[in-house]
Amino acid sequence: MHVSERSNLRLIVLGILIFSLLATLVSRLFYLQVMEVDEYRAAAQNNTVREVVEPAVRGLILDQAGRPLVSNRTSIVVTIDRAELNQQAKSGDAVIARLAGILGTTPASISERLMPCGIEGAPKPPICWNGSTYQAVPVAFDVDPQTALAIMEKRSEFAGVTAKLTAVREYSGPFDVNAAHILGYLGPVTEEQITQQDQSTAYDRLRRTDTIGRSGLENFYDTQLRGKPSVTTLEVDTLGQIINYLDQKPAVSGDYLVLTIDAKLQSVVEKQLVAAVQRAQGQGYPGDSGAAVVVDVRNGQILAMASYPTYDPSIWVGGVTQKQYKSLIKSDSLSSNATQGLFAPGSTYKIVSTAAAGKEGYSLYSNYNCPKQVKLGTQVFRNYESSAYGRISLARALEVSCNTVFYGLAERMWEAAGGSDATRDSADPIADAASMFGFGTPTGIDLPVESAGRIASRAFKVQNWEAKRDTWCANAIAGYPDTRKTNPKLANYYTALDKENCADGFRWREGDALNAAIGQGDTTVTPLQMAMAFSAIANGGTVYEPKLVKAIMGADGTVIERIAPTVKSKLDLPKSTINFLQNTLPGVTTDGSGETPFIGFPLNQIPVASKTGSAQVTGDKISTSWFASYAPANKPRYAIVVMVTQGGTGSKTSGPSVRKIYEALFGINGTTVNPNNSVLVGGAPSKSLPVIRPDGTPVTPKGKMSGVVTATGSN
Amino acid sequence: MAKFYASTSADNSLAGAGSRAGARGQGFWRDLDWTLLIAGLALTVLGSVLVWSASRADLASPTDPQSYLKRHVINVVVAIGLGYLASRLNYRWLRAYTPIIYGFSFFLLLLPFAPGIGMTVAGARAWIDLPGGLTLQPSEFMKIAVILMMAALLSERKDIETEPSGRDSLLALAAVGLPTAVILVQNDTGTVLILGTVAISIIAVAGVRTRWLVALIGGAVLSILLAIQLGLLKEYQVARLTSFISPDIDTGASAYSANQARIAIGGGGWFGTGLFEGPQTQGKFVPVNESDFIFTVSGEELGFIGSVLLILLLAVLLWRAAMIAWKADDQYGRLVATGVLAWLAFQTFENIGMTLGIMPITGIPLPFISAGGTSMMAVWIAIGLLQTVRLHEVRAGI
Repeated sequence: MHVSERSNLRLIVLGILIFSLLATLVSRLFYLQVMEVDEYRAAAQNNTVREVVEPAVRGLILDQAGRPLVSNRTSIVVTIDRAELNQQAKSGDAVIARLAGILGTTPASISERLMPCGIEGAPKPPICWNGSTYQAVPVAFDVDPQTALAIMEKRSEFAGVTAKLTAVREYSGPFDVNAAHILGYLGPVTEEQITQQDQSTAYDRLRRTDTIGRSGLENFYDTQLRGKPSVTTLEVDTLGQIINYLDQKPAVSGDYLVLTIDAKLQSVVEKQLVAAVQRAQGQGYPGDSGAAVVVDVRNGQILAMASYPTYDPSIWVGGVTQKQYKSLIKSDSLSSNATQGLFAPGSTYKIVSTAAAGKEGYSLYSNYNCPKQVKLGTQVFRNYESSAYGRISLARALEVSCNTVFYGLAERMWEAAGGSDATRDSADPIADAASMFGFGTPTGIDLPVESAGRIASRAFKVQNWEAKRDTWCANAIAGYPDTRKTNPKLANYYTALDKENCADGFRWREGDALNAAIGQGDTTVTPLQMAMAFSAIANGGTVYEPKLVKAIMGADGTVIERIAPTVKSKLDLPKSTINFLQNTLPGVTTDGSGETPFIGFPLNQIPVASKTGSAQVTGDKISTSWFASYAPANKPRYAIVVMVTQGGTGSKTSGPSVRKIYEALFGINGTTVNPNNSVLVGGAPSKSLPVIRPDGTPVTPKGKMSGVVTATGSN
Repeated sequence: MAKFYASTSADNSLAGAGSRAGARGQGFWRDLDWTLLIAGLALTVLGSVLVWSASRADLASPTDPQSYLKRHVINVVVAIGLGYLASRLNYRWLRAYTPIIYGFSFFLLLLPFAPGIGMTVAGARAWIDLPGGLTLQPSEFMKIAVILMMAALLSERKDIETEPSGRDSLLALAAVGLPTAVILVQNDTGTVLILGTVAISIIAVAGVRTRWLVALIGGAVLSILLAIQLGLLKEYQVARLTSFISPDIDTGASAYSANQARIAIGGGGWFGTGLFEGPQTQGKFVPVNESDFIFTVSGEELGFIGSVLLILLLAVLLWRAAMIAWKADDQYGRLVATGVLAWLAFQTFENIGMTLGIMPITGIPLPFISAGGTSMMAVWIAIGLLQTVRLHEVRAGI
């Protein structure tokens, strides 16, 4: 080939190459701009559209008389705009150092709060920043005004730093009310809650920067309390400069909760619970936990509810520290013993056995034998302190809490159901009665968590056996080889026990039935369940769902929702049985196990129906002290339950506190009853709802007599 | 295939009709390649509009949003003036002074190393800082000097049927190799790649033996691979070159640019968002979108239609350059035109390709469109040189 031809050919090849490269560009352009345009348009949208979110003012939580239990206060919060800081030399290190100096902290502790969660080197939540880049990051709460002023005046030294007033929760209710387990607390939104929304684009959706109710009423009524945030949608450039305003949604204040709780009564109940615990400790018992519940028996409204130990809810404001959180967990004070604690009910459960006996047609007015003990094979079932009362009426048996009478009744019911030949579907009258009273199922209280409890029953034994059978059988075969090396006798005993359990651990034995009749064995209840059961006896047979909230009101005072009483179940008992219980239980207070704490109490004016309990607990633990009651017995209004674990007897430890609470409720001083002295304004829970002023502040009761609060009244 | 002279003279009989009568100046205007000139002018005007759109919201000049455009217009005027002068150059004179042009360009190329004068932009120490806020990128002029030098060396033999001697070929390789090494040290990888393709194109069209050509291309590919393997390229240079393969995974700065560029272009659709209306452009989400990433502005605001028009204008310009090379009446003119053609073509492909995510990200401008004075001047001088070759071939044909 000639050189010129070679040159021409190569020029042609170069030309073809160049034009095919240009064609490549055009086809790639077509692919990006025409085929994939939607995807890239969406990406461009994400790039440029920003939301600026200001959360709404959270609704107040008021007591039944309109007193704020949870309100909002303003706190000076120092925030840092990361975008502005990043524009400075060394990402604003100098500003952070100056800020740390004026706030009395270290630059590192500020820097770590600025780091977005998930990036390399960032601390774990809640320290790291999990909000958006365009939201200023709060780095200090409750800063004093002088410091704030110094920051705001020296704009050049603190570029990107802002000190501004922000609303935070205030938990200092009147009369030193704690109510921590009822009210709950706020915390940052969790990743789970964000994902649960399933990519919602609603403007009032949860955002990573939101705080939400994490427990108690703050959690249960979070949607109502939170309101709707103000959201401004902006178009911004790469430096965060606003190009355009796209949309503006105004904030809607959160709704107010009007509770059934009375702050003053709550304060009394909290103090009396502590008094009961101290009484237990005074007797040398651990008295490690306790609960107290006051219920309006006519509608299930909870007037007061306390749990021991408790904690200060305000520690959650501005973020709990790791140290504080550890101590909360260690003291076991985060959960409520009233709604979540599970305890053996002991003799208070005899109302259930009595109801079962009445329903099964046993005579409630005959005499029964009350020996000091009952023997069942090798097992001995004793009376408390082994007292024997001879032949006594069932009423008397309840008054003095004679276990052996109820053992007798349980044995007869067990035999009637088939005894040892019974199948898993045979009758179980005591368990049936217990579920009728609401034991074994959640009460339905308006709180996020509560325990269901457990009824010792034929069904439970089968269930338990099915769960544990494999372990029992395996152990029976293995024969505890490790224990056998050191203690062959004990190993033999264990092996024999597991062999029996493996073979027929599902069987509802006579011993099980006897234990169940006096609230021992596998039965556990919450103090709230007990209060609702006593309320049902008091009101003639209705088990209500307990309620903490009476009404939801708008911040402008409009009533959004009145929460009506809800019936959970009705006691399916002969009228005579309920009458028997109603007629008998006042005798416990006048002539029985509940007599001591009520000596000197004007029982002739305010008769009190009660039942004590001193439930045995496995191990070497001291018995659980129960005192369950309602009053006035002739015209029932309030049910009160106080209990203390490892507290000794019901009458000695819990009884005196129940008495004090009744005195406060009815306005009793010595033997005189004066409703005007009641802790409840007007002597009873308010029938009307509180008045809220146009500025959103509630009208609180003034003086002792102003039961009906009017708009003209002021605090 | 027909002989070299045959093809050109046949064509000239049409284009050069009546040219003999005219005065020199008159002949100049009549004999210019007007298609080439108009395509260049159209691209420059379109580029200015895009630069305006990209820079008007620029925070670097908050007092006068038009300041960037004004500077660009001045650059364009100077550039077109230089292009005119280049087209007026005497062919023989140009060839005679090529060594001096080359030497001076090489001297300028070394200036960025001088302290107080040199400037580093985007990792490349390839700029000269001039008083009055002006900057100069000498490697742009170096491209012209390399083309002229190689063309001169490889057309030493008057006989068109003789292939370049081994000595001339080696000298030509040295002419491109020396500045390439300097530019490599300056971290201007993009320009190195362009110079490489330009050199291979010139050598190919110069007619060296095929086995030498294959060896040259193979050696170039091998040296790129070796540079990556032996770690001669710095880590970020490799990252830049490879991030276009998977920009969604890499979160580094160059991958960010690649992603934002594709979002801008992809969002444009058929007709674009309209001038000044592109959120990616106006929000400055794409870095340096007034210079290296200017095509994203076209992609977003003018859409597929507008961007294809832009590519078509460039195609017309390249077609004219190819035709000038084809018709050149001597080896020197053909090689100069080939060099300019390869330069503009590969720089266009690399620049647009990187914004579309099919080429690695390098810091080179889009000819005629990107802001940047040196580049604008260089490409208009290139247009002038093409016109010189064209005018020479027209006159030779008469």
